[in-house]
Amino acid sequence: MTLKTEGDTHIVVTRHFAAPPEAVYRAHTDPKIIQQWLLGPEGWTMPVCINEARPGGKFRYEWTNAKGAGFHITGEFVELQPPRRIVHIERMHLPDPTPDNHVETRFDPDGTGTLMTIRMTLPDAKTRAAMLATGMEHGMEASYVRLESMI
Amino acid sequence: MSSGFSLNTSFAALADPTRRAILSRLARGEATVMELAKPFEMTQPAISQHLKVLEEAGLIVQRVDGAKRPRRLATAGIDAMDQWLAMLRKALEKNYDRLDEVLAAMEPNIRRKKQ
Repeated sequence: MTLKTEGDTHIVVTRHFAAPPEAVYRAHTDPKIIQQWLLGPEGWTMPVCINEARPGGKFRYEWTNAKGAGFHITGEFVELQPPRRIVHIERMHLPDPTPDNHVETRFDPDGTGTLMTIRMTLPDAKTRAAMLATGMEHGMEASYVRLESMI
Repeated sequence: MSSGFSLNTSFAALADPTRRAILSRLARGEATVMELAKPFEMTQPAISQHLKVLEEAGLIVQRVDGAKRPRRLATAGIDAMDQWLAMLRKALEKNYDRLDEVLAAMEPNIRRKKQ
């Protein structure tokens, strides 16, 4: 996996998967499959995974751990070009909503596999500090979940 | 969205050897423009220009001490960004390791679908 900042406005992540774009795209849009991997550390579950994979469709992901701590993100799909591209907007609720994060995800054929490229908005310093501060309060687990939700 | 810290401009700021030397000096403690100019035998306006570049890159900050403006390293911005990026990287890697396993379990279905 590579992770780089692009100027001071964006983050770009790339990751190769040993599966065709159709499979990786499906894993990012089928709520039953999303619930299997977008989880955070051991002990967290994703009891709510609403994912309307169509332009204008909404999504809502909620996580909880065994101790009852919880967190959620909401978002909207802007554009979907199966199996190659997803454009969406999302925000975390900390519990106040963070500024919108604009995310573009591409699934390009790469040999027999897929090269996934994600370009997302770099959160401002205030949001980064809030995410780090919450991590220290609730333990790093909670902040991992918040960060994973930025995908 | 500005926090005063930018990776691109900070790399440009670090490309100059005089500015790198100024940062080394400030790593030992804060200093005024006069104190910073001495070892370089540069005029104060010339040093001030370098300091302006470093400030705009978010690498140094100044405080007011009477008529003086001592500079010091602005490590807080760099550390917080590095810390946050490290946390994001760890979280994403964990997710994608899990996704590798989910995809491997899906494969037979995909092959059947293509037939």
